Amino acid sequence: MYSFYGTWPWYISGFLIGAVMLLLIYFGKTFGMSSNLRTLCSISGAGKFSDFFRFDWKAQRWNLVVVLGAMIGGFIAVHYLSDGSGVNLNPATVAQLNEMNIDAPHGNLLPELFTSKEAIFTPKIFGFLLFGGLLVGFGSRYAGGCTSGHAITGMSNLQLPSLIAVIGFFVGGLIAAHFLLPLIF
Amino acid sequence: MKFIKYLLVGILFGIVLTKSEAVSWYRIYEMFQFQSFHMFGIIMTAIVVGVIGIQIYKRNGVIGLDGKPIQIADKEKGFKNYIIGGTIFGLGWGMIGTCPGPIFILIGAGFYGIGIVFLGAMIGTFLYGLLKDKLPH
Repeated sequence: MYSFYGTWPWYISGFLIGAVMLLLIYFGKTFGMSSNLRTLCSISGAGKFSDFFRFDWKAQRWNLVVVLGAMIGGFIAVHYLSDGSGVNLNPATVAQLNEMNIDAPHGNLLPELFTSKEAIFTPKIFGFLLFGGLLVGFGSRYAGGCTSGHAITGMSNLQLPSLIAVIGFFVGGLIAAHFLLPLIF
Repeated sequence: MKFIKYLLVGILFGIVLTKSEAVSWYRIYEMFQFQSFHMFGIIMTAIVVGVIGIQIYKRNGVIGLDGKPIQIADKEKGFKNYIIGGTIFGLGWGMIGTCPGPIFILIGAGFYGIGIVFLGAMIGTFLYGLLKDKLPH
């Protein structure tokens, strides 16, 4: 049922994500992806506008290396470890997507609607991607972390603030998936 | 050379998130519709593995690679910033289906349109830096 070149099973994937977090802790670091956005803002000179970006970003270089690795990993996985058999969704999900005129997976990770050159430079899709990204960037800094920092690391360390943040993640996500997306598409 | 281990961990992370399809907009949508166990299974397994691992670290006083006993800083106490910030994050996550890790992974994988999401996320991070003293925390 499972193939190495298809969708990896949830228990293998979850185990490996937990292992990544534990490895970074063993190295004396904390797993957290959204902090890199702050670091990149600092490198770009945002410290001129807010002291939030005036910190010793060089101490965060290790995390940028993790990001570089993650990008290479994404490249390897898509180009060498995939046979196009993945992303088999619940047929009910596919039917809902059809109603919103969002193309069904066909083995793609993302809809053509959000990736094709024709689509992403239409004002609607460009604005959708930009605004969605803005919410993710703003919200993760406001909450002090994202899925990796709160949902995985913080929850594993039994942190109440992380539980509150994760509840927020799901409240927001449910509103977006059930109300915003049908409104937009 | 000291950075090579971070590069390797990053590569593993990128491969796992792609092959588990946690980077897929479709999988996030399906999760928020409660139409698949897949994403819930991934997150719950990662947390269970994490809880067990961290307990092993703490109870045995495991020495980290830097020669010091492993310590994990507690998150700052608070409520408003976590619930409001978390909900704003969730709204974006439910729309574009990418949290910060997958933004980078997808760009690396060749989905250059996600560069627009990255640009948005940078603007969002910058805006937080400008506004943070005026926001409830």
